[in-house]
Amino acid sequence: MSISLITPQFEVLRDEKKCIQCKVCVKQCANEVHRYDEEDNVVLADDAKCVNCHRCVVLCPTKALKIRNNSLEFRDNANWNGKAINEIFIQAETGGILLSSMGNPKPFPIYWDKMLLNASQVTNPSIDPLREPMETKVMIGRKPKKLEFDKKGKLITEIPPQIELNMPIMFSAMSYGSISKNAHEALARAAEKLGIVYNTGEGGLHKDFYKYGKNTIVQVASGRFGVHLNYLEAGVAIEIKMGQGAKPGIGGHLPGIKVGEDVSATRMIPVGADAISPAPHHDIYSIEDLSQLIFSLKEATNYKKPVLVKIAAVNNVAAIASGIARAGADAIIIDGFRGGTGAAPTRVRDNVGIPIELALAAVDQRLRDEGIRNEVSIVCAGSVRNSSDIVKAIALGADAVYIGSAALIAIGCHMCHSCSTGKCNWGIATQEAELVKRLNPDLAYQKLVNLLSAWNHEIKEMLGGMGINAIDSLRGNRLMLRGVGLNQKELDILGIKHAGE
Amino acid sequence: MKNINIEVGLRTAYDINKEMKKAAESNDTITLKNVLGQRFIGSGISKEIKIKIYGVPGNDLGAYMDGPEIEVFSNVQDAIGNTMNKGSIIVHGSCGDTAGYAMRGGEIFIKENVGYRVGIHMKEYLDMKPAIVIGGTAGDFLGEYMAGGVIILLGLNASKKQPLTGKFCGTGIHGGAIYVNGTIESHKLGKELKPVKMEQKDISLIENYIKQYRKYFKYEDEIKTDKFSKYMAVDTNPYKKMYIKY
Repeated sequence: MSISLITPQFEVLRDEKKCIQCKVCVKQCANEVHRYDEEDNVVLADDAKCVNCHRCVVLCPTKALKIRNNSLEFRDNANWNGKAINEIFIQAETGGILLSSMGNPKPFPIYWDKMLLNASQVTNPSIDPLREPMETKVMIGRKPKKLEFDKKGKLITEIPPQIELNMPIMFSAMSYGSISKNAHEALARAAEKLGIVYNTGEGGLHKDFYKYGKNTIVQVASGRFGVHLNYLEAGVAIEIKMGQGAKPGIGGHLPGIKVGEDVSATRMIPVGADAISPAPHHDIYSIEDLSQLIFSLKEATNYKKPVLVKIAAVNNVAAIASGIARAGADAIIIDGFRGGTGAAPTRVRDNVGIPIELALAAVDQRLRDEGIRNEVSIVCAGSVRNSSDIVKAIALGADAVYIGSAALIAIGCHMCHSCSTGKCNWGIATQEAELVKRLNPDLAYQKLVNLLSAWNHEIKEMLGGMGINAIDSLRGNRLMLRGVGLNQKELDILGIKHAGE
Repeated sequence: MKNINIEVGLRTAYDINKEMKKAAESNDTITLKNVLGQRFIGSGISKEIKIKIYGVPGNDLGAYMDGPEIEVFSNVQDAIGNTMNKGSIIVHGSCGDTAGYAMRGGEIFIKENVGYRVGIHMKEYLDMKPAIVIGGTAGDFLGEYMAGGVIILLGLNASKKQPLTGKFCGTGIHGGAIYVNGTIESHKLGKELKPVKMEQKDISLIENYIKQYRKYFKYEDEIKTDKFSKYMAVDTNPYKKMYIKY
């Protein structure tokens, strides 16, 4: 075998004056970076194995550790930078497809950061949410075109099934398999406490979590893993996954090595079997076929549950969304190209799809133009990082948002982009029992509740500042947004004016 | 045995399924008459009742089905037994594409021929081992992405003009087995599918399903098992070497 040309991405810096050779780092690192040398009574590190997840840094009792990018530099070249060179080295040595995790890290424009919100001054009083009622509850589902009442004033229009959310936030689909049981438990319990929902992803529903049904969306994807009648009936809604922002046009492979007893039982496949979700649903080649899947699920569950359809934000997203609305979906989830993933081919993750902000604005506008906006809710996903992103998303036309990466960060994810290895030192993206137990669901659940309670309050503050006391009054209210540093085309697509206009 | 007759005609699938679900509570058999392409029949019923269908049912017959036995006295359309968990579907005729998509349990018996992508993504779990038995021939992509269960192709009407299978058999297969009465030409094998040796237990398994086939369809001629061959996945973890984390 020839010498590998790949140099470490990171350097592990150990302050020998501070290190007390306690070996915590040795025990904590599932990637086996740290090693104790008994003879010399010294802890050594193999930089090449480090993924920069900060587990050792955070747990080191004397704070003796630091990780930094490898200071080894290639000769300056804006085109052939170190990353481009190393990617070629690794593919030349292995012949593998490059695989990455979490969302697109490249410096594409982030439109959330190029939009600013309005506030009331003088002519329209702002509202203080600490003293006055402020509504952030939303209902996700198809709304009737008009309401009819009988002579006594009783509503006679049948209202289609809805998901009731205390705040316009849901936890996005992350399967049991891609994340750990403890992570799922934290999400489910937090959803219950907050009056929102989490999503099973395409991995079935663990038997212990059926009790959180009122706060669960069950997902049906191309592999149909763990899908059966009880599962479909377990949640408040069913989501059909057609696409994912991190890997539009691509399916999913859960390698057999991650399919242990529990994941096997939940997905209903043999232990050690690969769980392959093909890129397309093989019974869907058209909007009409999608309609068939939507209605097969509605028939199976007696029309009691909204059926959501999730697609990746791609070039023709507005026309596709219009078709989905007409196919009978109760809500459309649009997942932007920055959305996270447990694993995606790097080239797809980094180069396919469009920004969620533009996709969201285009879809909302298209559905309004066609007079069918009431027939579906729009859920915005694919990198929502904080409460102001949410307020902006709603002003652009979203009914609610999905958060995935943000929720994982809340419970300890350090964005090391290594989920696919299954060796998550924080117990999140792993199925190894020793690692899973590092994530305490009691504490993790509380962190999620803390985060979203704070966000909900921030949303109220921003609403109040605009003189609005209900989130519904902000939806599609693009006059509350102004662009900065955007060109006319971008402003037109977003449907907003430039700051100063 | 308590039976209820339901006249279908031009009524909607929604209407029929609603009535069937109610009828299933207090009857042992349901007989649908004059079915005209209504979809989703039998979907979402988890009681072990018998459903007899006269006329042609539409797509997604028995989708997510969890118990009933459906017998159809005609041809059927696409995606029968979609994601079915338990029960059986017996078709006295031919069927369209993607029969048994992702089925995890139960049995489908087709008297005659099947279309494309039949048995796609079939799975198995513990003692749930689904089976699709086809009396005639199959179209392209038979057993595509198959992950478990068995497909048995009897090819009783196969001829030069109507070959046993189409192309790309078992493309993407990573579990389960396909048995055919004869052999699949090598150019029709998907690259993930390979022939394996038939053993006595395979013969017994086939004989058992042949017995059922003959009973359901009152097929009187003998169906010999000596020409059968068996095909399985080249690798049950086909993509483990495809990726490199960076």
